[in-house]
Order: sequence, then structure tokens, then C-alpha cells
Amino acid sequence: MSTGQDAISDPTIPASGRPAAIKAIPVRHPWRWVAALVVLAFAAAVVYTFATAPGLQWSVVGQFLFYPEILRGVLVTLELTAIAMVIGVVLGVVLAVMRLSVNPVVSSVSWFYIWFFRGTPVLVQIFFWYNIGSILPYLHIGIPFTQFVWVGTTTRIVTPLLAAILGLGFNEAAYMSEIVRAGIISVDTGQTEAAQALGMTRVLVMRRIVLPQAMRVIIPPTGNETISMLKTSSLAYIATVGELFFIQKEISNFNYDIIELVIVASIWYLAMTSVLTFGQYYVERYFARGASRQLPPTPLQRFRRLLFHFHEPPPVGPFEPPPIYPHHEDRVI
Amino acid sequence: MTTPMVLAESVYKCYGRLEVLRGINLSVAPREVLCIVGPSGSGKSTFLRCINHLEKIDGGRLSVDGELVGYRQRGDKIYELPDREVCRKRAEIGMVFQRFNLFPHMTALENIMEAPLRVKGEPQGVVEQRGRSLLARVGLSDKVDVYPNHLSGGQQQRVAIARALAMQPKLMLFDEPTSALDPELVGEVLDVMRGLAQDGMTMVVVTHEMGFAREVGDSLVFMDGGVIVESGSPREVLANPQHERTRSFLSKVL
Repeated sequence: MSTGQDAISDPTIPASGRPAAIKAIPVRHPWRWVAALVVLAFAAAVVYTFATAPGLQWSVVGQFLFYPEILRGVLVTLELTAIAMVIGVVLGVVLAVMRLSVNPVVSSVSWFYIWFFRGTPVLVQIFFWYNIGSILPYLHIGIPFTQFVWVGTTTRIVTPLLAAILGLGFNEAAYMSEIVRAGIISVDTGQTEAAQALGMTRVLVMRRIVLPQAMRVIIPPTGNETISMLKTSSLAYIATVGELFFIQKEISNFNYDIIELVIVASIWYLAMTSVLTFGQYYVERYFARGASRQLPPTPLQRFRRLLFHFHEPPPVGPFEPPPIYPHHEDRVI
Repeated sequence: MTTPMVLAESVYKCYGRLEVLRGINLSVAPREVLCIVGPSGSGKSTFLRCINHLEKIDGGRLSVDGELVGYRQRGDKIYELPDREVCRKRAEIGMVFQRFNLFPHMTALENIMEAPLRVKGEPQGVVEQRGRSLLARVGLSDKVDVYPNHLSGGQQQRVAIARALAMQPKLMLFDEPTSALDPELVGEVLDVMRGLAQDGMTMVVVTHEMGFAREVGDSLVFMDGGVIVESGSPREVLANPQHERTRSFLSKVL
């Protein structure tokens, strides 16, 4: 082998400056077209079947899509999801840190919580909170060593909405704590050591060094959990919370257009999860700072590249001639 | 006689049945540079980590600046130090790691400012000024706002040294600071360390750089199998090793 001697004799490469970009005829992919046709035909068949289904009244779907009650249900679903996720994330972080604590009592409390709340169905948990008033009719809240005691009727305090929030949130915390724990474990132990060597306390190391880095691992599954929660929140119907699923069920109980209203609900669920999916990219980009040299493209940038720069080579900067080393020619490999 | 900065008296350490340190005796005077060399698994890194209590010792006595590491003695009883006290003492000892361990989510300057701000609670302005001048001292004043991932290994290690110095330590520990570096980048880190030694910093350096040990070290210790095989002035030990084990090790490294 010689050093670039043959290449210089190639007439297509200019003696100085950057060589021209390679213009090659791309490999053809006929099977991609075949696959696309098969998928398209299948999709057309499905759409046709549903569009012409004799019992399906699309006008009803249109009529109820923006019905005020449905819109209110969408809002309650969003509210429920947001509050349950906040409880889940905050409690989840606390439980994860507890689980990794050196204090055996604290760590076993966390273990027991996860064992219990992950081990029972969330539907059962919501139903339990909804009916808690039947075993504890009154709640007494007192401050020890004072005369202060506050008494309230349980059914007044634990409203259907609160029952659903408790059920969903406490259940979510058990799952989130495992996600957070995985994130914490993923951070290199050298980080903890370096922080400890600087004199940082355990709490400070966790808050300033480990958790911010764990976020990169925690965020993607948390987005997943949020999307999952949006749909799981439909279980709140058991506690008669007026969220999307409960509302559409109430309406179809009345007019018997069951599938039409399920379609209405599905459209809204899909719309909401799509927005969340989109938002997740941006949160991930934020926490990727410092970790990767180049931020990943946003969905919009990716889409634009797909449309306009499909086969184009990546953009290049102005040409800077490489330095010439005097004895380069002698160094035959 | 002045109090030694580090005093080890038959320091013993084991992981289960594996004895890592089997009676280490040494003393480091203030402003002294001690280099520890030896094959991997000889316990030299473990010993270094015992000095700032990243590892607990199982026997013997180890003290820094006249105070026991990780314990307190009252009469003839020894009490384990609470977490807070251990942290307070660690803050007085700087440590530099083989794999740099910079915080990747913070810029070079933020890395340096973190501990003085959060651990010592010093004012922002003072810390920032010190951070900038430390970066200038290690030759990186143009990298203030750069994240560690965008720095070369040598630059990262120099930031790590600046980060340790920002706490104004009375003792610096170096755990193979150049072992993870490209050969071309070793020099820039050693230059910074040489400067530190000249300024009178007390240093304990675990290293494979015999040239550095000979030139900068005031004393040298050769460890193998958890014991000190040989010690003395670096020039003497490296030029004229007394022990067979030292000789065979040095013949492979030099």
C-alpha cells in the first residue's frame, strides 16, 4: 500500500482542494414499494369496512365529538392524569431514594410500599378509596399534645375525584420509584465518589449530582407512564368520576350509540397521547445537555430532513486545506 | 517536630477474606510529595481512598493533620464519626481520580464552583473569581463554559485538579491521574502537578510515571500485596532498588 499516490493520479480528483462529493446511483429497494402497496391495500380494506358498516352512524360521531359534556370529560381526564402523575413522580422519587437508603428501616418501608401497591390492581385500589367511607365514616385529624381535633365526614372529604387521584397516584408511585431507582443506579459510581471527596453530604450528592444525571434515564419511561396514565385514568369511571370514558358511557347508556361514542372517546385519547408524545422529545432534549455532543433532531427537523434532504449528503463547511508534512511522501506504510 | 500531614500506623483493610492492606506504616510531612508505585492490586489505590475515608480501615491508625480519619478518640475509647463530620474533613482533602469523574451536566466552571458554593457556602462572586483564576492556572481560561464531554482527557483532568483546588485543600490525593490519558496528553497534566508541588502543596500521588516520581517526588513507596516493600528517596529506590520484587517490577516499567 502506498500513501495516496494512486489517488492523485485519478483525474476526477483535483490536485488541490476538497474532492467532489461522490455522485453514485443509489441502490434500488423494490420490496419497499411492494410492502407499501400491501399495507395500503390492507388499510383501504379496513377503512372501507368501517366507513360502510351498516350499523355505524358517522354523523353521531361528528355530533358528539365536540359535545360540551365530552369536552368537560376530556378536561377531567387531563386533570386526573396530571395530578396522579405529579403524586406518582414526587412520591416515586422519595420511595426510590428511601429504597437505596443505608437505613434498613427506611429501605424496608419503601420495599413494602412497592410490594403492596404494585401487587394489587389499580381498579381495586380506586374502588377501595371510593368506598373507604363505609368502614371509616368519620375522619379525626388531631395534633398530638394539643386540644386541636378536626372531625369530618369521610364521604365529604374523599370525593370520587380524590378517590381516583389516590388510587391512580399511589399505584403510579410504586412503578415510578422503580424507574427512578433504575435511573439512580445507572449513574456511574465515580460521580458519587467525586462528589463525596469534595465533602458533599449524601443528600447534596443525590440532589445536585446523581438525580440530574439520572433524569436522562428516567424521562423516557416517565413519558411512557404519562401516556399510560392518560388511558388508565379511564378506570376512574368505577368511582363515578366524570372523566372522558365515564361521560361517553353515560351518553351511550342514554342513546344506545355505543360504538359511536367509543370512537369519539378514542379520537380524544389518541389526540391527547399524540400531543404528549410530541412534548416528550423536547423534555428529553433538555436533559441530554452535556451528555451528548450533538442534540438529537426535533421531530420537526427530522420530518423536514426526510422530505427535502432524502439522498443529499450532509452539509459541509468551507474547505480548509490539511497541513502538509514535509516528509509525508517518504512514509510509505 | 511538626505534625505529619498523613500518618499511617499498621493500617489494615480487608474485603471479606481478601486482605488488601496488611499493615501500612508511613508518614507524609507537610509540603512533602509522596509517590506510591506498585503493580495493580497491590493496594495502593485502596490506601489512598482510606486517607479521605472513601474506604473504611479495619485495623491500625490513620490520621490526617493529627486527627484520626473517620473516628474520634476520647480517652481510650474510639467513636465512629457521624456523616456530617466525615464530610467536613473530606472537604479539606482534594482528590483527583483516574477517570476524572467531572460532573457531565455542568460546565467546567460550574464543576469547580459546585463544592465551594454548596459545601462551604462561600459567596458566589468570590467562588466564581477563584474558579476563573484556577482555570487560568491550569491553562484552560478559554474553556470556562464548556461541558466536560467537549474536552480532551488531559483538559478534563486539569479541570478536575482545579475543582479539587477550589476547596483550598491542605492535602491533595492523586489516584493514577494520567493512566487514562493518551500518551500525548500526559505531559500537560504532569506540568500542572509539578507546579502544585513547587507551590508547596502536600501531595500523595499513586502513579506509574516513574519520571515524574523521580523528578518531583520527595519520597517514594513501592507497594506489593498490601505491604510496603521498599521506600526511600525516589532517585535511590528507582536507580538502586534493594528488593528483588522492586527490581523485577521496575525492570518492566522503566
